[in-house]
Amino acid sequence: MAAQRQHQGYEDEKLQRVMERLPCRDVQASLLLALMGEPEQCSYPSIFIYGHRATGKSHVIHTLLKELELPYATVSCVECVSVGLLFEQVLLSLFGSDSASLLSRSPSLSDFVRVYKQLCVQASSKQTRYIVLDRAELLRDMEANLLPAFLRLQELVEDNVTVILLSEIVWDKFRPNTGCFEPLLLYFPDYSKGELQQILSEDSHPSYSPELYSAFINILLGVFYSVCRDLRELRHLVSYTPLMKEGDTHKLWRNIEPHLKKAMQTVYLREVSSVQWEQQLQKEEKEAGAVRGLSAHAHVELPYYSKFLLIAAYLASYNPARTDKRFFLKHHGKIKKTNFLKKHEKTSNHLLGPKPFPLDRLLAIFYSVVDSRVAPTASVFCQISSLVTLQLLNQVGHDDQLDAPKYKCAVSLDFILAISRTVSFDMVKYLYDFL
Amino acid sequence: MTSSVSKGCFVFKPSVKKRRKTPTVEDYFTHGSEDTENSKLRFRNCQTLWDQMKADTELLQDELNRKILDSLLAFIRKNVSTFQRGTDDWASRMRAHEIPTAALVLGVNVPDHDMTFQSLSDQLQQSVTPFVVSVQATECAALNHMIQRVLERLMGTTVSVDDEEEPERCSTNVNQKRVHCSLITLCNWYKTVTKIAASGTPGKKRTSVGKDMQQHPPIVVIFKDLEAFNPRVLQDFILICSRYVEQLPLMFVFGIATSPSTIQHMLPHSVSSLLGIELFQSLSCTQHLASIIDKVILTYQFPFKPSGKVLQVLVSIFLYHDFSVRNFIKGLQLALLEHFHSQPLSVLCCKKEEALVHATELSPRDVERLQQLPSFMRYVEEQGPQEQVELLTSDDHVKEVCQKLLKDLHKYHKNYYPILRCLHVLTASLPKYPLGKQIRELHICCLEKNVWENEEYASAMQLLRMMAKDELTSALQKCAEILKHGKAKKMRAALLQLDNLLAKFEQPDDVAAAENVAGEDLTSQGKGRQKKTDLFQLQKTLLEMKKSRRTKKMSHFEILRDQALEFIDSLVRSHLAPPESQPLYEVCYYSSSAVLRRHLNATPRTSIQTALSNPYHYLKNENLRAEDGTVSNAAPDICIVYKLHLECGRLINLYDWLEAYATVVSAAEGKDPDSADFGKVDELKHARFIQAVSELEFLGFIKSTKQKTDHVSRLTWGGC
Repeated sequence: MAAQRQHQGYEDEKLQRVMERLPCRDVQASLLLALMGEPEQCSYPSIFIYGHRATGKSHVIHTLLKELELPYATVSCVECVSVGLLFEQVLLSLFGSDSASLLSRSPSLSDFVRVYKQLCVQASSKQTRYIVLDRAELLRDMEANLLPAFLRLQELVEDNVTVILLSEIVWDKFRPNTGCFEPLLLYFPDYSKGELQQILSEDSHPSYSPELYSAFINILLGVFYSVCRDLRELRHLVSYTPLMKEGDTHKLWRNIEPHLKKAMQTVYLREVSSVQWEQQLQKEEKEAGAVRGLSAHAHVELPYYSKFLLIAAYLASYNPARTDKRFFLKHHGKIKKTNFLKKHEKTSNHLLGPKPFPLDRLLAIFYSVVDSRVAPTASVFCQISSLVTLQLLNQVGHDDQLDAPKYKCAVSLDFILAISRTVSFDMVKYLYDFL
Repeated sequence: MTSSVSKGCFVFKPSVKKRRKTPTVEDYFTHGSEDTENSKLRFRNCQTLWDQMKADTELLQDELNRKILDSLLAFIRKNVSTFQRGTDDWASRMRAHEIPTAALVLGVNVPDHDMTFQSLSDQLQQSVTPFVVSVQATECAALNHMIQRVLERLMGTTVSVDDEEEPERCSTNVNQKRVHCSLITLCNWYKTVTKIAASGTPGKKRTSVGKDMQQHPPIVVIFKDLEAFNPRVLQDFILICSRYVEQLPLMFVFGIATSPSTIQHMLPHSVSSLLGIELFQSLSCTQHLASIIDKVILTYQFPFKPSGKVLQVLVSIFLYHDFSVRNFIKGLQLALLEHFHSQPLSVLCCKKEEALVHATELSPRDVERLQQLPSFMRYVEEQGPQEQVELLTSDDHVKEVCQKLLKDLHKYHKNYYPILRCLHVLTASLPKYPLGKQIRELHICCLEKNVWENEEYASAMQLLRMMAKDELTSALQKCAEILKHGKAKKMRAALLQLDNLLAKFEQPDDVAAAENVAGEDLTSQGKGRQKKTDLFQLQKTLLEMKKSRRTKKMSHFEILRDQALEFIDSLVRSHLAPPESQPLYEVCYYSSSAVLRRHLNATPRTSIQTALSNPYHYLKNENLRAEDGTVSNAAPDICIVYKLHLECGRLINLYDWLEAYATVVSAAEGKDPDSADFGKVDELKHARFIQAVSELEFLGFIKSTKQKTDHVSRLTWGGC
């Protein structure tokens, strides 16, 4: 609390409230407050805050600015499809609703600076204005002058303004080649186990005593801390673990242990929502089965020829073209694997990933793989394009789309094995890697 | 009138009469047939039948969709209520930052989904929220397009639906902000709209929507084809939306064609963690098809029947190519139309009463046609000579007989389907499915020939003889259930018999044993009566005795089982004869599967190749007629060029090609082969050649290559 008293210019009461809302981020918050100084004091032009996901970056900034009633604009860079949108949002939140109309249709940076200055004169205020740019890493993909300009916006607009950049990436990856103004770097470390416990215990369930709830959190953390330290994910787990019945902590463990075990299998996957989760749990009490989440439904029903087309595509993608003779001609003679291939082909094709193949090859393999005679009807070709829209095949290359389109197979080995099993086709026999 | 000296344009206004006449569907249908009355009648028959079938299938599809739609609606309603209750509830507070998302798995045939989505959004708009947007991947190539689509549809539609004064103001608003469409605009719009709603403007739409629409109706965004979306765009959109989740009650519906794990493939964890996904799985399309076939084909309600081959074509297109129920129904419609169009006697293909009336009104020409029907001729042959003469000479008699035969045909159908279902119930659970897993397989089998002559039928019966008691009785009970719905007399009789058998099955063993003894007495009596015996009969009786000795130890159940199966067998033999055996079956059955296949499963490449290698096939010009494999030199240029190119390897020298072409064309012009300019390339030939070559290129047979100058490469393989 000693640190707090230094932040003059703010009411103690407000500060108190802010600090309450920022558990386990006292150090960072007071450092920020110190950097910001008193509302009227001139502040540092730009601050760069980084840290992992869910370490409270945006939360701390927003709570500070909001609770202390400072003028600020916060923009997420994902949302800004154009630079104009970014400028507009900044101006809107700093200067009110009609400010954006001053901007031209597709404003440049200098337009923005000009309008900002103009508005500043009209609505002059001594307080420091703050511009928070969330997901700042996207600024790098926008126009080249944007990031350096924002870093020294204070100079450009001659106003008491601080730009705060938030990102999950370190500053080194931002620094442009041409050099720029160096912002102050502030790192938000991950929460420790104790801190996580404290934060998670805060939103306790109304129908349980805080002690019991924190015991529950304790157990949950004990199980999951080794695999998952993401606060958001943990919170999700908390909310989706069916709650314990009343009782002491010993009983508690017994009650929730099976649920935790199951949750462990699908951590990070977010496969099922709470209702379905609970339904499953009820079902499983009767019949012990594996957890069926989203990934359990990997089975895809396809028309018969589509299956063969996919199989043919897989073979074309993972077998070298020169080996087609070996697999699909009756009298291919003996070709030994070792001396038949060039050196670079000896590495496993499955490690290298799928290779593109032309339509002709796909159809040739398809006709030799499928057991009956298939007329080259329009529907066969339709199926190829619908496989592309289903993302089971990818079309590659952009030249010559009409005459000789090229494709890549985009399914995994497990998937294709499952498919080939349904049409009783021995996939492995035709794969060069498994020879 | 136009014979003026000066040249000029003359305007002829079409007379009023002519202009008014635009051909209707009916005109197309009757066009070219000599008997207009008849074909008009057929057209009407066809229309009513199709309307009925369509209505039935739509009803069925609605029913099939209902379950999944209901659960979806419930999901959305539940989430609405949590949004409105705000943060009171612990669980909803914990999940406040997630966008509720329904992952709707619909199967691989994407075009079929349209109907489901349409009814989903209709139902949503009726009962939950006016703010429903559907977006497709093709419209959302980039993020701003996507946002623009969503905004336009949300704000645009509600503007037009809402109060009358609104449009001007709102539309100008939209226009202004079109430049930067962002969710902030949407937020502001949503606030104003809900405020208006809260202040209680009495609008016509509002009242109909009812009180169910609370203060914060959710905004539902339906992504029709999730797989086709650009993952980047989708991720960004979700990220943006999640920033506004506190102000806007957003909800997503993902239409997934493959499997739910696509979500994980498309969205990284940082994005998918913003969604609270719930999974909804629709009925698989094969089940869907089965129920459609059950409702439309396996019923005597509709007089139109596809033959076994036709049904096979339709089903195989479904199973092999597209999994599309919609296409199946379209195919059925085509078959229906073809049947009524091509078969003049299909006037009789309608409800029994109407058919009987039509039968009396047959024209002499139709009677002649009737007499020429193979099935009718077969029938005639079976009659006595007197009757035969009558049938061949007297029109009135033919009409009378025709009525009788039509009645018989209807009866046949009434008996056929219940028995088919019974047989299916009995055989569907047998190991290895000797008679097919699906009832349609059994149906096709029965349509083609006498089912009891099949080996599979024999083996199925064999397997049935080994069935345990509880299995058999439950199957028989199901049969009884099916027969209960049958209205024909014979079905009722069969039901009675079956019930008797079932009752016997229920009897405890000791009661049955007594009966058993009585039964044996009967049989031994029967044997005793046999007095006169020759060698053959003696052998037979000995064999029988041997058999009976072996079966003597048969339990009560076994005897009953044999009885039951014999009964079923007799039913099958008497009612499941193929339709070919029925006189006048041509009236109801459509059997030209080749036509259907040609229309539904087009082979563009084969057609092109036929046209190029055998121009006579399409042009029907006698000059072009040629023996197999050759092309007359009078054929169109492209055919000649195509023929010549077949003789080349992978790369074709253009100049050689031109020379060869010029030679062929000169021969066609009838020039003397010895003259000096024979085969000489003049400008006209050159131009014709170039045009033909570029046409070939357009058709995709050749393309230009950089490997060699003056060469083109062939894109097809194989020589002539």
